[in-house]
Amino acid sequence: MLIFTIAARELKSLFLSPLAWTILAVVQIIIAYMFLIQLDTFVQLQPQLAAREGAPGLTDIVVAPLFGNVAIVLLLVAPMLTMRLISEERRAQSLTLLFSAPLSMTEIILGKYLGVLAFFFIMLALIALMPLTLLLGGGTLDAGKFGAGLMGLALMIASFAALGLFMSALTSYPGVAAVSTFGVLLLLWIIDWAGDKGTEASGLFAYLSLVRHYESMLKGVFNSADVVYYLLFIVTFLVLAIRRLDADRLQH
Amino acid sequence: MSDAALIRVEHVSRYYGALCALRDVSFEVRRGEVLGFLGPNGAGKSTTMQIISGNLAPTRGRVWINGIDILDEPKRAKTHIGFLPEQPPLYRELTVDEYLRYCARLHRIPRARENSALDIARQRCGLTGVGSRLIGNLSKGYRQRVGIAQAIVHMPAVVILDEPTAGLDPIQIHEMRALIRELAAEHSVILSTHILPEVQAICDQVQIIHRGELVLKDSIEGLTRRMQGASLRVGLRYPPALSALEAIAGVHGVEVLEDGAFRLYCTGPEMADTVVRHAAEQGWGLYELSPERLSLEQIFMELTRSEPVAA
Repeated sequence: MLIFTIAARELKSLFLSPLAWTILAVVQIIIAYMFLIQLDTFVQLQPQLAAREGAPGLTDIVVAPLFGNVAIVLLLVAPMLTMRLISEERRAQSLTLLFSAPLSMTEIILGKYLGVLAFFFIMLALIALMPLTLLLGGGTLDAGKFGAGLMGLALMIASFAALGLFMSALTSYPGVAAVSTFGVLLLLWIIDWAGDKGTEASGLFAYLSLVRHYESMLKGVFNSADVVYYLLFIVTFLVLAIRRLDADRLQH
Repeated sequence: MSDAALIRVEHVSRYYGALCALRDVSFEVRRGEVLGFLGPNGAGKSTTMQIISGNLAPTRGRVWINGIDILDEPKRAKTHIGFLPEQPPLYRELTVDEYLRYCARLHRIPRARENSALDIARQRCGLTGVGSRLIGNLSKGYRQRVGIAQAIVHMPAVVILDEPTAGLDPIQIHEMRALIRELAAEHSVILSTHILPEVQAICDQVQIIHRGELVLKDSIEGLTRRMQGASLRVGLRYPPALSALEAIAGVHGVEVLEDGAFRLYCTGPEMADTVVRHAAEQGWGLYELSPERLSLEQIFMELTRSEPVAA
């Protein structure tokens, strides 16, 4: 499968660049710090929690807030990883290699997407290991809530990657791609601030918001409407990226 | 199949906005032919190459590669093409082997044949010793070779090279030309250049493109004929009147040079006989007779200097 050939090269090139390693390290350090703070909060609250019936557990106090923060950290770093996907190749004129090979634009885009997605999932796996270490110390995690949260995070980062890929396909300047990706992601993140007014339009804004759908998953609510939202988001931007790449042949 | 056209370009035009980069270009390349594409900078060479290789869609016209329409079935047509653009499409962070392996996979070479395909490509392009070096650390000449290796690793029927010798030193240029001649044994090659002797050295067919239009389409033999016998330089000790020279059948122009020499513009090299006979019969004291050759440069200048027809 040529999609996987392209994806493998993409992943390999990411790991050959210092940027990817730096981002992995920085993200890991920041999230480890956040994790420790949440853990500390839990330890302080533990005497009170033990006295109550049906008190929130480790998953509610440590994992859910942690995953909520992880999403924000990923919002910051995702544009830096996706910005080079196509713009850099366009700049170095190596895109010609893919255009001259017997490949469809769909294969090129999907290959690039899977490549960067694999990187994000590696990052996610490293992050997920932190709460999982609690099991070693005899703690108990709510598997359902943990799983829903992790899945929400995976869908969220997959959406970031799709948008970033599209933005990268629009330009030959990685910096422009990064800024635009960040801008659009942030806008979609805060768009539901207008959604608290209770009007009809506010419902739409709330639906468009990236966070709303994530929050319910963090609570352990697995709603297929949320999953569909992310899948639609991903498919939309991948199709747009394919269309954009196709337009390269018709340029000017 | 052997003399069927591998590349057929019909009435291709390409506009960039209002700018016409290519106007109604048609030509064919047969198996085993090397076609040289000549033209000054900005004449439309690269645009043509990008269109043939499927990197750019023509505004009008059609392109067939090995009988497959590249616009209708790009994936099938592209399996028959190897393309080296002006800027070799390399990944600097990969080694030569990794890169070529990637290219081989993109072109769907079965895993079992991958190693042998790589060996052949490396060997032909003189890359045997540098397989494990990073492309980013290679010199310009070697990068160009990697670019060519990339274009031939899948043994395509058609190899398209856009300025393959640009930026190489004279020894490398020589090697590159030998390589291109070697490629022509199995592939059809189109190459663009603005170096004229290169065309004479390696091409079978020549096309000169200027401001988006083909101004000359000829074989190398035709071009050589065109270059020869355009004029004779004649030295006479006892020169007759100018009118006597002009009266020789086949001479359509005389130019007086210094020291009793003349330049006779006539139709072909066989005119030398006639001139000698006239000189001997009439005692002109012929001491010098040499056919003058138009250089390719002169033809080129002549063709490209003329103003194009107003659009």
